[in-house]
Formats: sequence, C-alpha cells, structure tokens
Amino acid sequence: MSPDPAPAQETARAQEASHALESARPHDGARHLAPARVLDVDPLLDDPKTRIVVCCGSGGVGKTTTAAALGLRAAERGRKVVVLTIDPARRLAQSMGIDSLDNVPRRVKGTEGDGELHAMMLDMKRTFDEVVEAHADPERAAAILANPFYQSLSAGFAGTQEYMAMEKLGQLRARDEWDLIVVDTPPSRSALDFLDAPKRLGSFLDGRLIRLLTAPAKLGGRAGMKFLNVGMSMMTGTLGKLLGGQLLKDVQTFVAAMDTTFGGFRTRADATYKLLQAPGTAFLVVAAPERDALREAAYFVERLAAEKMPLAGLVLNRVHGSGADHLSAERALAAAENLEEPRIVDQADGKAGLRNSPETDGGSDSPEPSSPDPAPAPSVAELPDEQTSVDLVDQVTAGLLRLHAERMQLLSREQRTRDRFTARHPEVAVAEVAALPGDVHDLAGLRDIGNRLADNRRELPEPGE
Amino acid sequence: MSRLQVVSGKGGTGKTTVAAALALALATAGKRTLLVEVEGRQGIAQLFETEALPYEERKIAVAPGGGEVHALAIDPELALLDYLQMFYKLGGAGRALKKLGAIDFATTIAPGLRDVLLTGKACEAVRRKDRSGRFVYDYVVMDAPPTGRITRFLNVNDEVAGLAKIGPIHNQAQAVMRVLKSAETAVHLVTLLEEMPVQETVDGIAELRAARLPVGRVIVNMVRPQSLDAADLELVRTVPRASLARSLSAAGLGGARRGGHAERLVEPLLGQAEEYAERYALEQEQRSVLGELGLPLHELPLLAEGMDLAGLYELATELRKQGVS
Ligand SMILES: Nc1ncnc2c1ncn2[C@@H]1O[C@H](COP(=O)(O)OP(=O)(O)OP(=O)(O)O)[C@@H](O)[C@H]1O
Ligand SMILES: Nc1ncnc2c1ncn2[C@@H]1O[C@H](COP(=O)(O)OP(=O)(O)OP(=O)(O)O)[C@@H](O)[C@H]1O
Ligand SMILES: [Mg+2]
Ligand SMILES: [Mg+2]
Repeated sequence: MSPDPAPAQETARAQEASHALESARPHDGARHLAPARVLDVDPLLDDPKTRIVVCCGSGGVGKTTTAAALGLRAAERGRKVVVLTIDPARRLAQSMGIDSLDNVPRRVKGTEGDGELHAMMLDMKRTFDEVVEAHADPERAAAILANPFYQSLSAGFAGTQEYMAMEKLGQLRARDEWDLIVVDTPPSRSALDFLDAPKRLGSFLDGRLIRLLTAPAKLGGRAGMKFLNVGMSMMTGTLGKLLGGQLLKDVQTFVAAMDTTFGGFRTRADATYKLLQAPGTAFLVVAAPERDALREAAYFVERLAAEKMPLAGLVLNRVHGSGADHLSAERALAAAENLEEPRIVDQADGKAGLRNSPETDGGSDSPEPSSPDPAPAPSVAELPDEQTSVDLVDQVTAGLLRLHAERMQLLSREQRTRDRFTARHPEVAVAEVAALPGDVHDLAGLRDIGNRLADNRRELPEPGE
Repeated sequence: MSRLQVVSGKGGTGKTTVAAALALALATAGKRTLLVEVEGRQGIAQLFETEALPYEERKIAVAPGGGEVHALAIDPELALLDYLQMFYKLGGAGRALKKLGAIDFATTIAPGLRDVLLTGKACEAVRRKDRSGRFVYDYVVMDAPPTGRITRFLNVNDEVAGLAKIGPIHNQAQAVMRVLKSAETAVHLVTLLEEMPVQETVDGIAELRAARLPVGRVIVNMVRPQSLDAADLELVRTVPRASLARSLSAAGLGGARRGGHAERLVEPLLGQAEEYAERYALEQEQRSVLGELGLPLHELPLLAEGMDLAGLYELATELRKQGVS
C-alpha cells in the first residue's frame, strides 16, 4: 500500500472527535452506569431481511475472525451465506479452503446443518482487472491493464483495497445467490477508512487537477484561465522534471481510457456506498477492550448515525473474564504474600496444623462453621518432608494467586474502558467475546467464537459490581 | 553501531512506542538522538504528551543520564517544496504549486517520490555535521511504515526507477540508497508473541534480506509477565485440589472444606492456570520461531497500567539493560 494521501485531514478529524469525547464525559465522579444493552446475534443472523453484515473496526481487533464466525453460525442455522474475507491469517484461510487466490467464493466443507457456507478471500488486483474487463472492449481493456499507472494503482494505492472490497460486495449482492453476505473490512488504523477511502480515491482519480494536468491542451484559449494556464505549464513542466514525462503520459492515457469506458470512479464509489445504506445491511463494530480501539469504535458509531447506516451493535472481542471475580487483585496479592512468608515461626508455635482459616469473606452464602483441620498435626519425625511439600503447595498457590491478580487488574481495566464507551453510547448493544488462550484457526474455533457471540452473557462484571 | 535505526513491525505492535523508547535509550550521557516520524500521524507528540510537532526539529525529552532526544515529523509536501526551492529556485511559484494541489498530486501518483523525500530527509540528518565536524545527531531513529510496506519504502532506487532518470530526485535516491544499504543503517522489527505478527516478521525479514537491506534486531513487545514457569505449571497439574484448598485457606481466603470460600476458588484458579499454560506453550512456540532467525532478540514487558511517559522511560531503561545502546 502506498502512503495515505490525506493524513492531515485525518489528524484534524481525530482532534475534532477527541474534543467531542471530552465534552461527552459526564461531570460527576461517581457514576452509576446502567449495564449496556446486550447484542442478540442470532435474531440478526436468522432474519431473512438481513442481507449484508459488515464487520468494521480498527486494525487487529478481530474483524476477520468475527466475520468468519458469524458466517459459519448463520450457515449452521440454515442460511446460505457467503463470507468475503480480506487478508485472513494463513491457517484460517487454509482451514476454510480459501487459500487459493482465485477471487471467487468456494463452498466451505465441514459445516453442520442444512445451510451453506461459501467463502472467499479478496484479491484486489484481480477485482480491479475484472472491473476493467467488464467495462471495456477487449482491446481497450488490454491497453488499460498494461498501463504502468494502472498497474501501480491496482497493486496497492491508498484506498484501492477498500474500493475493491466495496466493488466485490456490489458484485456478490448483484448475483443474488446468497441469503446473507458477511463482509470483512481491510486492515487499517481506522474503521472509518472503509467508508472514506473509496470516495477519497474516486475523487482523486476524477479530480479536476488530475484532468487539468493530464490534458492541459483542452484548456487552450478558454477565457479566464490565463493564470491557470501559466500555472499549468509551469506545473506540468516542474512535474515533468520530477516525475519524468512518461509517468504523466501514462496517467493521461489511463484517465482517457477509463473515462470512455467506465463513467467515473466517483460515480461508481457512490453507487456501492448506497448499498451500505440500503435496508437489509447491518454494521457490526468490532473492538478490543482497549482505549484506542474503543475510541475508534465510538467515532465509527457516530459516523454511521450521521450517514443513516444501521448499526447492529458492538462486538467487544478478546475480553478477559474470571470465574473468581469476587476475589480482588489486592486480596489475591496479599494472600500470595502471606503464603510466601516463611512459616517456620508458625511451626514452632505449633500452629502448623491450623491450615484452615475461618471464613472471613462476607459472601452471600451462609457462614461456614469454622472447624479445626481434620488432619492430625504431623509428628516431629515427619515434619521436614511434610514441610517441603507444604512449602511447594504454598508456592504453587501463591503463583495461582498472582496469576489471578494479574487477571483481575486486566479485567478491571477492560471493564472501565467498556463502561466509558457505554456511558457515551448507551444505545449501542454489546456482545462480549472472551479472549481464547490460542489463535482461532479452524471451524471448531470459529464455532466456539460464534457461540460466545450469541450466548448473551457478559464476560466482564457489570458496572458497579 | 548503526547510526540510522529504522523501526518497523506489524500495525499496532508498538512501532511508535518502541522507536521512542529506543531514541531515549540511545541518548546516553552527552549523546543526542533524533526521532523521526514519516506517516504524518503525530504519534510521537501524543506519546510525549506535547502539542503537534511542526516540520522542524525540536528537543522533546531529556533521557536518563542527560542525553537529549529531538523529534521531527517529516511532511513530504514541505520536503518536496524544499527540494524544488533548492534546485529550481521556484520562489512564489512553489506556493502556487502547493495551492493547486500539484504537490499532493505528484506525491500521490508517485509514492516512490514521497518515500525518497522521507528517507532522504532522515539520511540528511544522519550525515549532518556541525562546524566542528562532529555529527549533529549521534543516532537517528525512524518510526517507519509497517512490515508490509517497509521494503518498498526503503528500497527507493527501485521505487523511483520509473521516474525521471536525471535531476535531483534521482541523485537523492542514489545517495539515500548508499546509506540505507550500508552498515550505517539497521532495520528493527517489532512483534508480539502471536502467530500473525511473528509470521509477518519472518516474511518481512526475508524481504528485507532479499533487497539487501540490513536487518537489525527483533523486539518482542507487550510480553506478559511469566507468573508461572514450566516447573510451576507441572506442579499445578499434579497438586491435589484439597491441598490447594488448604493452602488458600492458610493464606486467609476462607474455608478449605467443600463449599468453603477457599475451596470454591480452586476450580477457577486452576482454569486460569490452564489457559495460561496453553498461552505459554503458544508463546514458547513463537519464541522459538523468532529464535531461529539468528538475530538479536529483545523483550519488552506489557505495561499493565497502559502507556504513559513514565512507562516509556521504563521501556527505555529496559532496552538499555538489554544492551541496545
Ligand atoms: N476472541 C479471540 N480470542 C483469541 N484470539 C482471537 C480472538 N479473536 C481474534 N483472535 C486472534 O487475533 C488475531 C487477529 O484477529 P483477526 O485477523 O480476526 O483481526 P482483524 O481485525 O481482521 O485484523 P486486521 O486488521 O489485521 O485485518 C488472529 O490471530 C485471531 O486468531
Ligand atoms: N509495552 C507496552 N505495554 C503496554 N502498552 C503498549 C506497549 N507498547 C505499546 N503499547 C500500546 O499499544 C498501542 C499501539 O502502540 P503503537 O502506537 O506504538 O503501535 P504502532 O505499531 O506504532 O501502531 P500503528 O501501526 O498504528 O502505527 C498504543 O496504545 C500503545 O500505547
Ligand atoms: Mg482482517
Ligand atoms: Mg505508529
């Protein structure tokens, strides 16, 4: 990919949005949050009116995994589904049988039930070539495909991947062979790129400047263009020196050839964009429970609302819950320290047998009668061995407690981050998916993620818990 | 040691963070480093909690021990104008070009042009000397584009091959290439201990090597603490649950008998250990993949409280301890 052509705008946008974030923050310190709405995935997938689900989000949060898992789930619930993936991890692609780059959907083997899952991996160059081939007679198409500027454009210009993902979506939708299309979006810093990049590229290619520069002759003699003409010749002169005459000529030939066959990049980008606003399209924002990812998700949510594009909800992916979340990090650490203190003194005091502390936890359950340890105190002869094994067990226990403390610290940070998002967007339904210890790279793993997406259960404790 | 240190890696793995920590680490007593940013995202300013950086070198931090870190956000538009000014004496016409969007146009249709301006500026800083003949910067650290683009980005000669065959840009590309392919440069890759970033690192290194670009270190970032080692995990598997319950109880966490608080902690704690063990095994696998690369390998801890300025200094200290400076 080539560098982003409009970084300055992006920075401005980020700053603007971060101001919005400040002002949206509630004033009071002690907030009492209502729990977020729970995103119910199955009704969305089952509804025959749902025709397109788009998974968006910033880089690396799990868009591809979520898209594939939703596709599999919908298929196993009886629908005929196609998943359009973009740059899937190698092993995932292999396990779905889509690692060959032929740019057409393939039936995925090994799904359960009556539905069908088809999947493909986007080949952006191939998709672009197809567009050219579909719109130009063979001779002209060949000329465009051979044009060096076209080649660098299709191989990875900023925005080409997004543009072609939309193009492919349009093609799949037009074939009308599937009940449901699940779309993954390209890796990018910002989820907004999926919406913005195609238009940006379209405007650039259709832009006035590119036309003026590549066809300055057309301007000759027009009134009021004098200054521009001087500017133009100076510009083409300077650019020619910099870029070489050939590149400019390539661009010029390309634009002329595309013009007569294609009818404008921007028009086309607009057309596919409309598809995203059509009823039957649902967006899912995927985010990790981290500040940056959720901030991006918030921008995206706001943008969708502004564009009147329907948001189904937020998938909060890779969250860390705990089956022992009533034991705080602080208590776990204190307990671990207790165990790591040498117990020799205790032994001398004859307390070695009292390994059972009274029930101090103010839990909801009825107090347990404290009882002396049923095991008899070790005899003096046994003591050294017994001591070693007790020490070993204590060491393991301390390790488990420290591990738990880390988990709890992570959990409360994730919870705070989530609650901040919820405070800003209480209307957004949320599905939480646990972080699995390993990668997700086969159908079983996708099924597991699908179950977690749909189980309507929170991984993290509710606010205030 | 190489004076131009380029930091790349998969998106989001911590390129900007590691580049900044490295710039701090290299700024040992009396030394001066320049941290450059090339993607116009103001990541450095955010990290150092300062206002947006202009296209101008300025001091942003003093390293532990007194070295200085300066920073520069290279703006390709302004860099191109500089060049045009220097070689063609454009005067006000340069501004007109900018106003008409011609500069943006040129750098967009020819990404190679953009790249050579960015790398060119960094190389210029590497070679710059003061009046006494001493290098102005001891090290230049670049927060570079991600692994997928790094080889094309640095291999400017090939990139501008399609452009004008003569003139300043062409000469610039030649000069840049001489620096980038020499021992003066080292390209470091940042990764996480996960399959995809590691795979991308392996592929990226192969690409860099094929292009004869000098590969430096592999820096594993956001490494989670090793709470339990292999021996501990073995013990976890073998210790009877009842003993664990008694131990938890002895630590003051409630009753060890069935249904007691301590006893009820055993299952979830063991579950967490099991997850940890699985992750640990996967991480070890990725470590060994990275080990086979035969490059210096460094690990930086995941900062549990998230990144801030203090955390950045912590990472810099860690890098120094691991001998990068
Ligand atoms: N809930 C989860 N638990 C564990 N691992 C996960 C989970 N979700 C995703 N992963 C893993 O995280 C990695 C990144 O996921 P994925 O490729 O889906 O992200 P992405 O958003 O598509 O990334 P990119 O922006 O690079 O396209 C993969 O290795 C995937 O297996
Ligand atoms: N060692 C660490 N501990 C905790 N958080 C970290 C660590 N390193 C980086 N981060 C955080 O991870 C996120 C990504 O880091 P950073 O921006 O440096 O990555 P990057 O590779 O430059 O990303 P991009 O590809 O978007 O440029 C940031 O929020 C950063 O604060
Ligand atoms: Mg992806
Ligand atoms: Mg960065």
